[in-house]
Amino acid sequence: MKNSPSIEEQLEMHRKMVVVRRLEERLGDLHKAGKTRGPIHRCDGQEAVGVAATAMLGTGDFVTSTHRGHAHYIGKGVGVKGVAAEILGRATGICGGRAGHMLIGDKDKGMIGGNAIVGGSIPAATGMALSIQVRGTRDVAMCFFGDGAAQTGICHESMNIAGLWKLPVVFVLEHNQFGLTVHHTVQSPVADLSIRAAGYAMPSEIVDGNDATAVYRAVAVAVERARRGEGPTLIEAKTYRMQGFSTSDMGGYQAEADLAEWSRRDPITVSRAALVEAVGADRLDAVEREAIAEVEVAIDEALAAPLPSFEIFTNSAPYAQAV
Amino acid sequence: MAMMRYAEALNQALREEMQRDSNVFLFGEDIGRYGGVFKVTRGLMDEFGESRVRDTPISEQTLAAMAVTASMTGTRPVLEIMYADFMPLVLDALINQASIYEYLWQNVTMPFVLRTQGGGGAGAGAQHSKSLDSLVAHIPGIKVVAPVTPADAKGLLKSAIRDSQPVVFLEHKLLYNLRDEVPEDPDFTIPFGTAKTVREGSDVSIFATSRMVLESQKAAELLAAEGIFAEVIDLRSLRPLDIDAITASIARTHHAVVVNEGWRFCGYAAELSATIMDYAFDDLDAPVMRVTLPDMPIPYSEPLELAVLPNATRIADAARAALK
Repeated sequence: MKNSPSIEEQLEMHRKMVVVRRLEERLGDLHKAGKTRGPIHRCDGQEAVGVAATAMLGTGDFVTSTHRGHAHYIGKGVGVKGVAAEILGRATGICGGRAGHMLIGDKDKGMIGGNAIVGGSIPAATGMALSIQVRGTRDVAMCFFGDGAAQTGICHESMNIAGLWKLPVVFVLEHNQFGLTVHHTVQSPVADLSIRAAGYAMPSEIVDGNDATAVYRAVAVAVERARRGEGPTLIEAKTYRMQGFSTSDMGGYQAEADLAEWSRRDPITVSRAALVEAVGADRLDAVEREAIAEVEVAIDEALAAPLPSFEIFTNSAPYAQAV
Repeated sequence: MAMMRYAEALNQALREEMQRDSNVFLFGEDIGRYGGVFKVTRGLMDEFGESRVRDTPISEQTLAAMAVTASMTGTRPVLEIMYADFMPLVLDALINQASIYEYLWQNVTMPFVLRTQGGGGAGAGAQHSKSLDSLVAHIPGIKVVAPVTPADAKGLLKSAIRDSQPVVFLEHKLLYNLRDEVPEDPDFTIPFGTAKTVREGSDVSIFATSRMVLESQKAAELLAAEGIFAEVIDLRSLRPLDIDAITASIARTHHAVVVNEGWRFCGYAAELSATIMDYAFDDLDAPVMRVTLPDMPIPYSEPLELAVLPNATRIADAARAALK
C-alpha cells in the first residue's frame, strides 16, 4: 500500500515503542520507590501515535509536544539517556535538570518541545509552520495534542489560521479519551473531533492509534501534502490512556471493561503480530531485549549521575538582572 | 535628519529592517492592505508582499504564541497587537512560553517583537485606554521599551528587531502624530537599558515613561516658575532598567517622583519606587512620590477621563510634596 512503512521502518518503530514502554514502567516503579520528583505523565498504550507519526520526519522538521510526551521525544530521535536523566532531574539530563519531563526540548533534533499548558503545542507548531512558509523551505511542523486540548480556544484559532494560510503543519490529535479525569463525552458533544477539519478547509483522517502502521500511513500522506505546500491536515488517532493522568492520579474513573479491551489491542502486541511473520520471533525478541537493555542502562546511569548545582544564568541580561 | 511623525518613524524602522533582513516579517490585525489602524505599517504590504506582511484573523492568543515559535525557528516576526488592553490575551505566550525556553533549552533564541499601543486621553473607554506596562515588565526574559520621540521610536524599534530576545514595544496612541527630527542612517539604533535626561535640574528627579515624559516636562516648566528645578528622565527602556541613570540623578537631587500611566497598586511606578529604595535609599532626603492612574476603570466622557489620567499638575504637586 502507498505510504506504507518498510519492514525495517516497522521494526524501528517497534523498537522505539518498547523503549518508551519500558521507560514508563521503570518510571512508575521509581515513583513508587520515592525516587522521582513531581508528577510524571505516562503514555503507556499510546506509544504507537507518537512513535509512528514522527517516523517519517527529518531533523529539519519541527515537533511540538504535550505534558505526556515521552513517545514524541523518543520518536523524534531525542536520546533515551538524556531523556531519562532529565526526568530524574540530573545534571546529565538533556536540559540539565531545568526542564523536567513535561518540558523537554532538543533543538538539534527538531523537538521543541514539551508543553504543559494544555493546548500550547497547537499554536506552537502553527507558528513554526508560518516560519517555514515565510522562509520557503520544504520542512513541516507537527503538533501532538489530546482530546482535552482540542477544547481550547487556541486550537480553533490555530486551525483556522493554518487552513487560511495553507501552513505546512500536521495536527496529530492523540485521542486518549480523557482530559485529566474527565471522559471526552463530558467535554465535547461529538465523538469524532476531526469532523471540525471541514470548518478549516483541511482534510482529516481517523486512524487506529494503536496500530503504528495505520498511523504511519495516514501521517505520511499529511506530511507529503504539507511539504507540497498544500496545507494542513488533521489526523485523529484513537487510542486509550492505560495509566492515570499522572503518577499522582488515584484512579477509579476508568472502566475495567475499557481497560481490558484496550489492553487486548496494546500497540506493542499489534505491532508484534504485524511483524512476526516477516522477521520472525527470534529477531523481534532480540530487538525487544536490546530496547529494554538500552532503557535499563539509561536509568542506571541517570540514577548514578550527579544532581545539578544551581548557577545564576548569566547568558541573558534580563534573566541575570532578575536573579 | 528628517522631520517626520512618530508613526512614520516606526514605519521607516520596519521598512529598513525588512530590507536589511528577509527573515523579518509582520503580522497582525488590519496591518496589511489597510496599513494599520494607526497607519504604522502603511505601504509595507505593497513593498514586501503578502507573505511578509500579513493581515490576520482576530486571534491574539494564538498569534502571540506563533510569534514565539516562528522566532525560534529562523524568522524575526513583528506582531502588532492593536491595543495594549488586549495584552491579557497574549500573556500565556509571554509568561508560559517566551519567558521560559531560553532558560530551559539555552540554545534557542526568540527574536520577536510584539508592538502594541496603550494609554488614555483619546476617549476610547475602559477597554481601549489602559497602560498595562507592569503586566509585561513583570516577566523575566522579556525586554520592554516605551519610546516617546520619533527618533527614539525608530532607534528602539530597529534595536528590538535585531535583538535575539523577545521585546514588547509599547507605543502610545497620543504620540503617533508627534513630529520631530529623526536620523536617517540605516544603522541608527538605540541600545536597551539607556534612559535619557530630557531636562536637567538640581532639586528633584522625575522619572517617567511614555507620554508621561511630556507631562513631566510640562510639570518641570510649572515648577521652574516657582524656582524649583526638576530633572526629567525618560526611562525609554522599562526592562532592562537604566539603574545607573536613576541613581546618578538622585545623587544630585536627593528627591524622586516616579510617573506611570498605569494603575498604582502593584504597578510599574511601584516597581520603580522599590528599585530606588534598593539602589539609592542613602541619597534620598524624602520618600519617593508616585503619580499614577487611580485604581479604577478609565471612564469615557472627557471630564471624567481627564480627572483620572496623571498630568502635569499632579506631577508638579508630587514634586512639591517630595520637597516639603
